[in-house]
Amino acid sequence: MSFWKRHQIVEKNSILLIIGILLVIAVGGFVEITPLFYLKSTIEKVDGMRPYTPLELAGRNIYVREGCYLCHSQMIRPLRDEIERYGHYSLAAESMFDHPFQWGSKRTGPDLARVGGKYSDEWHVTHLVNPRAIVPQSVMPGYPFLAETDLEVTGVVEHLSTSRVVGVPYSDEQIANAAADLKAQADPDSDGADALQKRYPKAVVRNFDGKAQRLTEMDALVAYLQMLGTLVDFKLYNEKANLR
Amino acid sequence: MSDHSIKQMTPAESGLSILFAILAFLSLVGAALGKDQAYIFHAYLACAASVAAVFAIGNRYFARPAKLPVQEIDGRPNYNFGPVKFATVAAVFWGIAGFTVGLVIALQLAYPVLNLDLPWTTFGRLRPLHTSAVIFAFGGNVLIATSFYVVQRTCRARLAGDLAPWFVVLGYNFFIVIAGTGYLLGVTQSKEYAEPEWYADLWLTIVWVMYLLVFLGTILKRKEPHIFVANWFYLAFIVTIAVLHLGNNPALPVSILGSKSYVAWGGVQDAMFQWWYGHNAVGFFLTAGFLAIMYYFIPKRAERPIYSYRLSIIHFWALIFLYIWAGPHHLHYTALPDWTQTLGMTFSIMLWMPSWGGMINGLMTLSGAWDKLRTDPVLRMMVVSVAFYGMSTFEGPMMSIKVVNSLSHYTDWTIGHVHSGALGWVGFVSFGAIYCLVPWLWNRKQLYSLRLVNWHFWIATIGIVLYISAMWVSGILQGLMWRAYTSLGFLEYSFIETVEAMHPFYIIRAAGGSLFLVGALIMAYNLWMTIRVGEVEETLPRAALQPAE
Ligand code: HEC
Ligand code: HEM
Ligand code: HEM
Repeated sequence: MSFWKRHQIVEKNSILLIIGILLVIAVGGFVEITPLFYLKSTIEKVDGMRPYTPLELAGRNIYVREGCYLCHSQMIRPLRDEIERYGHYSLAAESMFDHPFQWGSKRTGPDLARVGGKYSDEWHVTHLVNPRAIVPQSVMPGYPFLAETDLEVTGVVEHLSTSRVVGVPYSDEQIANAAADLKAQADPDSDGADALQKRYPKAVVRNFDGKAQRLTEMDALVAYLQMLGTLVDFKLYNEKANLR
Repeated sequence: MSDHSIKQMTPAESGLSILFAILAFLSLVGAALGKDQAYIFHAYLACAASVAAVFAIGNRYFARPAKLPVQEIDGRPNYNFGPVKFATVAAVFWGIAGFTVGLVIALQLAYPVLNLDLPWTTFGRLRPLHTSAVIFAFGGNVLIATSFYVVQRTCRARLAGDLAPWFVVLGYNFFIVIAGTGYLLGVTQSKEYAEPEWYADLWLTIVWVMYLLVFLGTILKRKEPHIFVANWFYLAFIVTIAVLHLGNNPALPVSILGSKSYVAWGGVQDAMFQWWYGHNAVGFFLTAGFLAIMYYFIPKRAERPIYSYRLSIIHFWALIFLYIWAGPHHLHYTALPDWTQTLGMTFSIMLWMPSWGGMINGLMTLSGAWDKLRTDPVLRMMVVSVAFYGMSTFEGPMMSIKVVNSLSHYTDWTIGHVHSGALGWVGFVSFGAIYCLVPWLWNRKQLYSLRLVNWHFWIATIGIVLYISAMWVSGILQGLMWRAYTSLGFLEYSFIETVEAMHPFYIIRAAGGSLFLVGALIMAYNLWMTIRVGEVEETLPRAALQPAE
């Protein structure tokens, strides 16, 4: 029987046709995706990565909500100009706690993977309220409402425990203290600050938006931005051992 | 179907009424207990829609005769075109809405004051509204309308189910409303082309399964032994989109009373899942589905058989096999392992061949009928769309080569590539199909005006050319500026200088977009007049077959 004759079998049987389609489309995805879950080399060994503090996580959710990822990547490619412009190329380990990932696909604005510590909090607040106040030619939207909106503080514990279920290694202690940690990070005078920094090494405790009385969405977003790219200790990073 | 003379509710009618009544109640509970504004708003919408559904089913029941519509009248299939008509009108509506939002975000990139500094109107919230409105609302309704039309015609059978096709069409459009209003309110998972949150995803899953059942049910009733080529493509589109949707979207809601969820996959794995999904949303939604349109409407309109049946077999299996592998070309030089990137690149380059196989099959169908291009602007639109398909499937494999991608990635070049596919291929083949469908569905001899189609064609073509050439120049310019060095070895341009350099091209793009939009408005007017004042077609038996709706 010729191939064309044999093919008539699926042309005449819709169930066989569907099974054929399913088998054919299963191969590529299976080969490309499943190994990523068990090949150890997929995610490098690094020092310093930790889950986000409750405030950073809240800021990250605002980053997602406002669609910042549609103009900003968080993925520095190992190309000379990018490394000079933005810093060390991004590692897979740096986004391993990201549900969902925020690598982005378009750079209308610069990469933000290592923006943490690049500017002062005040710069960020002014810039987010009105980007053109700092960079006149900017096409970034203004977000004045972030500074005026109180951060939603209920449900922090659930946010952390849900993240834990999908694979972020929050400890029981971190979850139990989530509500206190959320407030402490934007309040340097509070008693909780030291405990927070023990639970989350390198966490920056500051009054990010400059408004002492209020915990706003601006506090959270700036806390997140100031953390970006600061966690991995590149002095201890062994490039050779992680060659893939 | 049934022969009772006493009028009774069908199990589907009573069952669905009860389900929607329960859903209305549950939504009300959700609205009362909901934890965030968007969730509460969506719960009210769901409640209103469920109540409306119960009423609609009741009304339809009281208005209909005791007997359900028969499968055949005088040995000819009694086609069910009501849902097809609805989806066709919805496609035109959403198309214009989606192009308008596209124009707005294009202008925002040129003039940022247009962001208005309000939460609901910033670029970050409007851009997903644009992409979903054009791909899922416009494209999706075109696909549902044409697939329900084509499957009936080519199987010579009435659409399976009585309420089911309506459930698919209305349920799908309700999903669009939830997704779209959600973006404006900041509800998003941030996964491109899969932004809707968990509850919208669940609803879409139900609708999509029903879509598959209706489509498959109709094929199973067919009077022809062979399943027509277009239906293979529709089937591949429906089945694969279901698989992709389920693979990419698993997420755990923080609370079932709130909109926020955390995606099950993280980091690299999430990136790979996302672009496995994202590229195949292109491959199966924007390509396989629209190829099905090509395979039915071009031969029909040109009154020629498909050029090569064997080519369609090879191209079908090769296309669906290769597409799935190509996802990693969206992740070149990222933290995704190199072996995956290399696989993605290799398969993307191979993908060029079946893509052009499809293009050749579409174009060569005109052999012996090329003169029709001069007289029939509808056919011309569809043929030009296939040419654009050929162009973007040449450009795509080229951009998948890592060195090329190192320049094009993150720049407007990608946007140019997207819109040569989206405006040229998806847009034009859809317009062509709609121009064919409306006279067929509403029993009109012909369109109100072919001259207006001609205007639409030329205005939109100029719009596309402006759009994509502006993006090529700006994309390549941007890529080159980012990597330019001075003779002393310093980076030559600051980032903001590259932003400034884009300004003129963003204005040209917006001009091109407005032309494309004007073309679509001309189409809407033409279709409206066709339905309102077009001459009724009487000779064809189609008219007699129309069920009362
Ligand atoms: C329309 C696209 C767009 C959107 C949306 C956008 N940005 Fe920007 N962003 C830019 C552009 C362009 C620049 C460069 C000019 C400037 O500094 O304003 C920039 C610059 C920045 C910078 C300074 C980076 C540096 O290294 O100098 C930060 C930080 C930033 N954006 C954060 C954000 C955040 C947070 C959001 C979401 C709330 C956001 N952006 C949304 C376009 C955008
Ligand atoms: C009037 C017509 C249109 C205009 C003015 C327009 C404009 C735009 C703009 C400004 C963007 C954002 C680009 C950026 O972020 O730099 C965009 C993105 C996009 N548009 Fe359109 N668009 C139009 C029609 C369409 C159509 C018909 C489709 C699909 C069928 C489409 C699909 C997309 C997609 C998929 C993206 C995202 C691209 C990416 O992420 O790389 N657009 N469009
Ligand atoms: C052989 C076929 C094709 C190949 C190999 C291909 C390849 C590519 C590549 C390499 C990119 C750039 C990814 C990046 O650098 O981020 C891309 C982006 C894109 N392509 Fe294609 N392409 C093909 C056909 C098409 C067609 C026909 C369409 C549309 C109808 C399309 C729609 C898109 C979209 C929407 C994106 C943007 C995704 C995003 O970043 O959001 N492609 N494609």
